[in-house]
Amino acid sequence: MLSRVADSLYWMSRYLERAVHTARLLDVDFQLRLDQSPESSAGRWLRLLEASQAPAPADGKIDATTLTHILTLDKTNPSSIISCVAAARENLRQVREQCSSEMWEQLNRLYLQVNSTTSTEAWLLHSYVFFRAVQEGAHLFQGLTDSTMTHGEGWQYIQLGRFVERTDALARLIGPHFTRLHNSLDQAVESEEYLEWVGLLKSCAAFEAYCKTYTAEVRPLRVAEFLLLNPSFPHSVRFSVDMVHASLTAIGELTGRKAEQPVRLAGRLCANLSFSHIDEIMASGANAFVEGIRWQCAQVHNAIHQVYFDYPVESALAP
Amino acid sequence: MPESARALFRPPFRNYQLDGAYDEMFEGPGIPRPHYQALFQTLLGLPPEEMRKSQQAADLSFLHQGITFTVYGNEEGTERVFPNDLLPRIIPNHEWRKIENGLTQRITALNLFLEDVYHRGRILTDGVVPRELVYSCRHFRREMRGLTVPRGIYISVCGTDLVRLPDGSFAVLEDNLRVPSGVSYMLANRKVLKKVFPTLFRDYGVCPVDHYAQALLGTLRALSPPNSSGRHEPTVVLLTPGVFNSAYFEHTFLAQQMGIELVEGRDLLVHDNVVYMRTTAGLRRVDVICRRVDDDFLDPLCFRRDSSLGVPGLFNAYRAGNVMLANAIGTGIADDKALYAYVPAIIRYYLGEDPILASVQTYLLTDRAQREHVLEHLDQLVVKAVGESGGYGMLIGPQSTAEQREEFRQRIQAEPRNYIAQPTLSLSRAPCFLDGEAQARHVDLRPYTLYGENVTLVPGGLTRVALRRGSLVVNSSQGGGSKDTWVLRA
Repeated sequence: MLSRVADSLYWMSRYLERAVHTARLLDVDFQLRLDQSPESSAGRWLRLLEASQAPAPADGKIDATTLTHILTLDKTNPSSIISCVAAARENLRQVREQCSSEMWEQLNRLYLQVNSTTSTEAWLLHSYVFFRAVQEGAHLFQGLTDSTMTHGEGWQYIQLGRFVERTDALARLIGPHFTRLHNSLDQAVESEEYLEWVGLLKSCAAFEAYCKTYTAEVRPLRVAEFLLLNPSFPHSVRFSVDMVHASLTAIGELTGRKAEQPVRLAGRLCANLSFSHIDEIMASGANAFVEGIRWQCAQVHNAIHQVYFDYPVESALAP
Repeated sequence: MPESARALFRPPFRNYQLDGAYDEMFEGPGIPRPHYQALFQTLLGLPPEEMRKSQQAADLSFLHQGITFTVYGNEEGTERVFPNDLLPRIIPNHEWRKIENGLTQRITALNLFLEDVYHRGRILTDGVVPRELVYSCRHFRREMRGLTVPRGIYISVCGTDLVRLPDGSFAVLEDNLRVPSGVSYMLANRKVLKKVFPTLFRDYGVCPVDHYAQALLGTLRALSPPNSSGRHEPTVVLLTPGVFNSAYFEHTFLAQQMGIELVEGRDLLVHDNVVYMRTTAGLRRVDVICRRVDDDFLDPLCFRRDSSLGVPGLFNAYRAGNVMLANAIGTGIADDKALYAYVPAIIRYYLGEDPILASVQTYLLTDRAQREHVLEHLDQLVVKAVGESGGYGMLIGPQSTAEQREEFRQRIQAEPRNYIAQPTLSLSRAPCFLDGEAQARHVDLRPYTLYGENVTLVPGGLTRVALRRGSLVVNSSQGGGSKDTWVLRA
């Protein structure tokens, strides 16, 4: 597979995952807003902007309309939904002969749909419909990818992009929660705080899965354990990292390259999550732990880039 | 048209008009040609609403599939759907056979001409084609002198623009021997029409076109000498200028259909005169490049230095015989619009045969007598820049303003070699479904000829339509569209 193609598939997948993530966050926020006072929402909005790496307003004031606009239809914000979907589509357009026609058509359709949306008052009132549509459109794309594309090297880069992005996005989302809301970690939380923790779970599409594992009693410690260390929930950090490792192992075998570096780095990250206990993580600081994950994840990303996408020609010509 | 004749047309042909041009469908008012009879009857029985729905469904499917082209001179990267018309253009088998023979003859002769010009130049010594015409051509490549190309094939793929004259005969308007495009629309149109008129399509007995990609791959593979590098199957790639090229959709489509890699210049590199592509598993050798990048941009070391689309060192690898290019470099001299006037002589010279397909009368402006005639009759003639394509750099006399004619007069006098003139042709017209009814629009036909182990034509081609009323320009960049072309089995 061409390096440029692999690079495009990887980034296409990262951008799409980013768009879905933002759509889910806004969807959850939209619901939470209905139950909360505007004051308590404002703090969450700033966290949201930070987690999405979007520029915060200069005066530090933010309202729901501005937030929604910046994160959805603002083309000047590179991490808005519209920018991410357009970037994903542009990446796939450059390699569209590599994916199935069904995949291309679905992503193109999603792009046309998002691109034809204009932000009006009526739209803002019902913007949850839009958030759902983006999530569903992306899920449909993912389903088509899994069922119409050969699960070969190209597919592995799509998986890789998705889960590298997810690991990073989850870490960015979880970290701030534990620095700002750290009272009574192992007790059930109530009222406003309850809403925030449920919001966090829902932002990771994890509320129902959490309830099945721990019942509806929401304790921050359990939330942390679930989102960081659960081995089988697809939106946990550990699951995502395991998938990154699996894809890198598969790619290493498919290309026959001596690519120890990415596999080694991903393996270490897996081990870190597999053998950590939540009490230790909390004791040494959840935020520091999460930052460590992000740093290691960035290292994996760089290693992928150097080994597969942009390697020096001299090394490839050497016998 | 008299009222009585008009009454002979029933909906959706109520406002259909015949004029001096050859009409593909009707031989007289309300009387369809035999091979159009079945389509005509079907259309009479079809509610316009249904046609409109089919057209909308087709447009939407083109949009969703992203079957688009990029318009230049506009904001960069403006994608437009290539308009498609649902009424097929039908060609009887005997007419197609003549086209097929004519184009086979033409590509054979032009290919011999290229080989000759880049080697001994017999045709120049014998004075059949003027030496200065060849050497003054912008697309003549000195670097190709004496270079032997595999099997002597310069033109692997050729798209020829044919028009039908008022007497019903086909004539060649121009050859596209460099990077002819449009074939993906031929295949896309067919796919849509099979959905819209399944029964009609089956009953008509239409020759299939779906094997084009396979035929093209075979043609490309034929360029690679067997076991050239001790391996069994040559690695064939398609080289695209990239996502901003107007025909990018086509490049991805053909690569996908052929199952080969679509590469950009930055994916390739040359080491020791061997071309490699950069893959995730390391470097991989490339044997044949089907290139959609113009000569000028192929190799910054040899041609345009500012090209970022090409591959440095590619030409040397080509000279060394380590990589094959389709089409070869320097084929542009044979589709120069001034050289076009000599093609009948070229055919006679190499093959000793008369041309099967007629050419259009062409005035060479380097000749004083012809130039003066043209300058006096600018309002009646079509003037074309010799090296341009895509409908750019053209003057259509009867539809031009005095200022435009003056501008061309000055341009011609400044650079006579750069222009040719032809009579304004009355292109044939075919019904198109527009605004809820059938309307006559001018059309041309671009069949695609493949030259590998032998010459292959896929029966059909791209019928391009000038969608603006009265317009004679069919190019997609100038408001043209296309329709499916049905070549009948019998």
